[in-house]
Amino acid sequence: MQEKSTQVKQEEVQCASGAPITVLRFTGDITSASQDAVLGTYKGLPESTKRILLDFSKVEYLNSSGIALVIQMMIAAGKHGQIIKTFGLTPHFQKVFTMVGITKYTSLHPDEQTACAAFTC
Amino acid sequence: MDKNSSTIELHLPSRLGYEKIAMNTAASAAKLMGFTEERIEDLKTAIAEACINAMEHGNKLDESLRVGVILCMNADSLEVKVLDTGSGPQHGTATPNIDRKMHEEEEARGMGMFLIQSLVDEAEWVSSPRTGSYARMVIHLHHTSD
Repeated sequence: MQEKSTQVKQEEVQCASGAPITVLRFTGDITSASQDAVLGTYKGLPESTKRILLDFSKVEYLNSSGIALVIQMMIAAGKHGQIIKTFGLTPHFQKVFTMVGITKYTSLHPDEQTACAAFTC
Repeated sequence: MDKNSSTIELHLPSRLGYEKIAMNTAASAAKLMGFTEERIEDLKTAIAEACINAMEHGNKLDESLRVGVILCMNADSLEVKVLDTGSGPQHGTATPNIDRKMHEEEEARGMGMFLIQSLVDEAEWVSSPRTGSYARMVIHLHHTSD
């Protein structure tokens, strides 16, 4: 048995003001084996990227090592003045993200529309 | 042990990914016992984290070493023990400090024990350097939220 690999699809959508939002759509598992998928994808984004939306709606399994990769992405994004918002987490993982304090540095939204609307600039 | 209890034992290789077998077995047992979906999700995360700790820290990812998982289904509780060959955790269950993590003063990882402690009704780590160590977790059917 292998861990299910993480796939990431990168898309660009626009917020209400027309400003671009980079959406990273994760599929599969997010674990310690997901470093290249999570941080590698982030590092490949153009420097002009300002708004990042993480889509967890097709993530099947997430553990604390995977959450640590999300935190590492948030650390890097903070250094570049980028804003990260998320959507699609199950109620259980919304609770877990809240428990570990991630919600102090990103906002969790129920769906993509709400998350995009939360980008105010 | 309660005469009405049932026990299930699993022996997993210390290979990341295999924790899902323990997680899904425990979820099936909890469902049979009538736990709510929310509690089952809590249990799945707690067991996955305990197995990962046992594989990584207890057995040092040596695939020849097994992680034991013992599920004991009692009338009103489910007890899970996750056993490894290590000497047990060296540190307690510190609450992660997200500010320190974001400022890179604390490792981004290291949240497993905190999650276990937070998600189950009882959690303890028993260190027996000669025979191995285990994490013990219990969830009660008649759980009262804080």
